[in-house]
Amino acid sequence: MDKKTSNSFSNDQLLKFYEKMFLIRKFEEKAAQLYGAGKIGGFCHLYIGQEAVVIGILSSINSEDTVITAYRDHGHILARGVDPKLVMSELTGRKDGISKGKGGSMHMFSKANRFYGGHGIVGAQVPLGVGIGFAHKYRNEKKISRVYLGDGAMSNGQVFEAFNLASLWQLPVLFIIENNKYGMGTSIGRSAAGNDLFERATVFDIEGEKVDGMNFFTVSDAAIRARDYINNNSKPYIIEMDTYRFRGHSMSDPGLYRTKDEVNKMKEIDPVLMMKETLLKEFKIEEDTIKDIESNIKRQIKDVEKFSLESPLPDIKDLFTEVYL
Amino acid sequence: MKILLPALSPTMETGNIVKWLVKEGDEVLSGDILAEIETDKATMELESPDDGKIEKILVKEGSENISVNSEIALLTVEGEEIEEKIEKTIESAPPVIPNGSEKNIKEINISMSSLLKEQSDGMELKNWSEKEITMREALNQAIEEEMNLDKDVFLLGEEVAEYDGAYKVTQGLLDKFGSKRVLDTPISEHGFTGLAIGAAMSGLKPICEFMTFNFSMQAIDQIVNSAAKSLYMSGGEINVPIVFRGPNGAAARVGAQHSQCFISWFSHIPGLLVVAPSNARDAKGLLKSSIRNPNPVVFLEHELLYKEKSNVPEENDFLIPIGKANLIKEGSDVTIIGFSMSVQRILNALPSIEKLGIKPDIIDLRSIKPLDEDLIYKSVKKTNRVVIVEDGWGNTSFGSHLSYLIQSNCFDYLDSEIIKVSGKDVPMPYAENLEKLALPNTDEITSAVKKVSYTK
Repeated sequence: MDKKTSNSFSNDQLLKFYEKMFLIRKFEEKAAQLYGAGKIGGFCHLYIGQEAVVIGILSSINSEDTVITAYRDHGHILARGVDPKLVMSELTGRKDGISKGKGGSMHMFSKANRFYGGHGIVGAQVPLGVGIGFAHKYRNEKKISRVYLGDGAMSNGQVFEAFNLASLWQLPVLFIIENNKYGMGTSIGRSAAGNDLFERATVFDIEGEKVDGMNFFTVSDAAIRARDYINNNSKPYIIEMDTYRFRGHSMSDPGLYRTKDEVNKMKEIDPVLMMKETLLKEFKIEEDTIKDIESNIKRQIKDVEKFSLESPLPDIKDLFTEVYL
Repeated sequence: MKILLPALSPTMETGNIVKWLVKEGDEVLSGDILAEIETDKATMELESPDDGKIEKILVKEGSENISVNSEIALLTVEGEEIEEKIEKTIESAPPVIPNGSEKNIKEINISMSSLLKEQSDGMELKNWSEKEITMREALNQAIEEEMNLDKDVFLLGEEVAEYDGAYKVTQGLLDKFGSKRVLDTPISEHGFTGLAIGAAMSGLKPICEFMTFNFSMQAIDQIVNSAAKSLYMSGGEINVPIVFRGPNGAAARVGAQHSQCFISWFSHIPGLLVVAPSNARDAKGLLKSSIRNPNPVVFLEHELLYKEKSNVPEENDFLIPIGKANLIKEGSDVTIIGFSMSVQRILNALPSIEKLGIKPDIIDLRSIKPLDEDLIYKSVKKTNRVVIVEDGWGNTSFGSHLSYLIQSNCFDYLDSEIIKVSGKDVPMPYAENLEKLALPNTDEITSAVKKVSYTK
């Protein structure tokens, strides 16, 4: 497979990608703050540290393509272009939430933006995503189903059933393992036997590779290669993203299973800061241009916060609606 | 910007400041660790909410039992004034009072049967061109007709295509529709059920066959957590138009793992519709309605009924609405309620019941969820006596719930206890005599009828 390079993106396009990464980072920091203030309840799994994965993949996505993921989904739905106000209002459990306050952090969907959730059971989204790929093929659509899963899901039985079906029926599916090294508090070394996780798919005749998931450019290159492979071969493909979450598994995670040194070392390759550095140094983008983008996002997040706290609680009658259509 | 003591777990109310890792005047970045906080569960790190300078530390390290949301430090950040305003918003936000109060929750609960009101009534009365066929053929016709009418309908499952179906329900469909729409799956229920649900989320209308419903347990997470709940938890965004179908209940001497009734399991789940026909005519009309329904439908067949014949309309537009029970025999003395195979068992007991001079109302529920409560209560208010027959285990069963509903809606009309004749609370034995004993039989049904009628 010949390597393409992301240098084919214009500076404006790259700035758009940076803007999205920065938006996710600031959104998640605000979510953490609101959780701390008791305005967000329950589970809240933050995407901080993994932004290069979702935005690198985004750089290869057609607006018609579909995406599905597990419960760490805020970054994913924002990447798909859903209004952050609606996402934050879902976290605060309000009427204006994308799921009308009935889904919460783990259950957000947008058909218009081709985002199919938001699933809370580890591994369950993988057969579902293969089914979405099945529908693309059934209707002769030129679309790819992007299916995200974590390193934890790679030891879940249904995931292998899904690999088998995707390969057997030659479905247009890109599996993306976000290997952030820990399934909750259990390190990958304590949960997964054998070599690299993506190799587990190769026995089903699914080609794949492992890439640096902390770097937008390496992710984007791999994502474009994968897209072209799937389009040319009508077969699934798998990418394992070497990534890291800077925050806990969820908000109530004391993080005793890893050292501060390890986290700090990973923060030295912070994907958002690294992309900014590259834009400044290699693409010679003016610092002020980036500063403007950042201040705009910071301002936007303030509006998002305000909106999500002012939106009313859902109507009581909504308790009983949408159980059946 | 004020730094408040955050709630670091869903249950934390107070915390102790173990240690400050920054001092006044320090420049910090968002995400930097500011302090160690001891919560009810663990020692956690407090991260800086933004970039800025630590202006003042308000609560010294070593302080204990600080309430969540107390001010513990001040941080100076760019755009401070806006930040201040937002802080005020956070503090003054909720409780936001929504419309209505919790008192009227009962009144706004929507009865399930009203959801299906628009379904065509009067189907039974129309002059159909009918032919006597088996339930197996009726199900096959239903699938074929709906696949002809709607190209989004497809069929998948183990041995449904080249083998012509393990029970021959899907015979000939591969030849008619091809391998794109009739798919043999690997023995992989968890995977192919999830795949089918995903396809339904993107608008296709899968018919997902389980060779028997015993194997649906492999996939029950997908049925319950993905199919049943997606509409609700997406706020109405994602519906799942899918039919899960296959034989359910005890067939004949296939042992414990292949003989059990799942009516009580699936009817427990909000978001699922549950249908269980007892004859060929109902099977066709109900399967067609299920395929057209935008919700996930669990369609429970019975192997021993596949060969049973009845008159079945041949027209494409013949439907039986989901949620409508059938009064298959009208009497006056006792209401006997069954569904699927237990209707057959009630009919087997009918001669001995009639010999006692007792004239029963016999109700075939056909749909378990939604339940035709109107028809049931009307009959009970007339007969004042009830016997429920179910093949499944009686412990926390659908029959138990039905008996609860009847006593709660017809309390003043009942002249006797309600009797439930259920499967015995044992795994299904293999030996012929023991298997018979494990299922409801004619004697048990007749005795129950005698008891509620105070007849000797």
